[in-house]
Amino acid sequence: MFRFRLDGSSGVPPYLQLVHQVRQSLLLGYLQEGDRLPTVKDVAGDLAINPNTVVKAYRQLEHEGLAGGRPGQGTFITATSSPALPEAQQALRVSLEEWLRAAEEAGLSSDEITALIAVARHDLKKEKVS
Amino acid sequence: MTQNDAGDSPPALRTDQLGRRYGRVWGLRDCTLEVPAGAIVGLVGPNGAGKTTLLEMIIGLLEPTEGELSVFGETSHSPMAARLARVSYVAQDHPLYRDFSIADMFHLGRSMNPSWDQALAQARMDALDIPLKRKVKSLSGGQRAQISLTMALAKRAPLLVLDEPVSSLDPIARLEFMREVMATAAESGLTVLIASHVVSELERLCDWLIVLTSGRVQLAGPADDLIAAHPLLTVPRATPDADLPGVIIQRTDSDRHSTVLVRADPARLAAQQHPAWQADPVSFEHLVLAYLQRPSARAATDDIAQAAARPGPSTKAVSR
Repeated sequence: MFRFRLDGSSGVPPYLQLVHQVRQSLLLGYLQEGDRLPTVKDVAGDLAINPNTVVKAYRQLEHEGLAGGRPGQGTFITATSSPALPEAQQALRVSLEEWLRAAEEAGLSSDEITALIAVARHDLKKEKVS
Repeated sequence: MTQNDAGDSPPALRTDQLGRRYGRVWGLRDCTLEVPAGAIVGLVGPNGAGKTTLLEMIIGLLEPTEGELSVFGETSHSPMAARLARVSYVAQDHPLYRDFSIADMFHLGRSMNPSWDQALAQARMDALDIPLKRKVKSLSGGQRAQISLTMALAKRAPLLVLDEPVSSLDPIARLEFMREVMATAAESGLTVLIASHVVSELERLCDWLIVLTSGRVQLAGPADDLIAAHPLLTVPRATPDADLPGVIIQRTDSDRHSTVLVRADPARLAAQQHPAWQADPVSFEHLVLAYLQRPSARAATDDIAQAAARPGPSTKAVSR
């Protein structure tokens, strides 16, 4: 059975942490179509976390088409293990990987890379508005 | 969580202009709240802010001086037995009779509560691997906390009130205690009210938040809504307060930029947003601490603290 974890110091809201873990586990193949996710009660009791947070995370996964509830049985993974990226996304991913490699070679730390992306997005947003 | 869906059932807790005076000083005033059934509520405030006053009125230990209070529809005018059946309570110090065995404590609980669920109480002791023959005085702090919680849960009341439930426990015992509360809430749709100083722990526990300072409600509502209504803006340092949207809760100025927490309607904010500003979601902890640190709140707290130095129920709240 899949088990969630929670990082109290990450600053990411708990429900999003749960959603991210399912998304990531799908991409890595740790979760596959048909797998049952733990019940709300199990997750709430396991992590000492608000059950409504788990409900919210499961709703978000359903909304994204990654999971679905079966009445009386629980919540199941409905997506295939690694959703094939559309072509445009594939191309973007390749250029992103190239960029990341270049950034690492230039000696940027992971934090610096994140900061650079945030600054670039910020500037782009400004351009659009003005 | 069936209670969430029942649209016309009474709210778990409703207060209207609720107030309690100690001598000439108000321990709590103008408290108007409506908490839906099934919510898990974090109640936060500095010592002497009125948390214990509010809790004691909810559990029927203290009568209001003014205003109205109802718990699942039972008001302060309802018969005491009906009011008390709606709420169970775990006190901070987990009071139990030291010379009693656990079986004795459960016998007491059964005699005093018509709705007592003996099967639940025994099943929980089995799960925790604590024999019923054990004497209270031979138990660890964490085990005593678990017995107190079991006594409260076996009462089968729809509202569970926890006053600083884990402040005396080690990290493992805290986690085990809250696991039990959350699992029970998931199973039975229990409404839970948790008064706590440990703000960092509340985010994972609560979906509803009440911040009290100096006897007044500063902030109350579903946590998600409160966070959405409080964007954290990064703006150029020169930006005057008057140009910022909504109400300024906290402003931190750096050399060139300022970080400002505002309370503003999210839809209007998006329309009003200046291109040089950046809006980020505020964290749960930041939001709570910002409200606790507001200058108006602090000034008024001093009043209450002075007043509470005299004997009376408020002294207890301050001495923690």
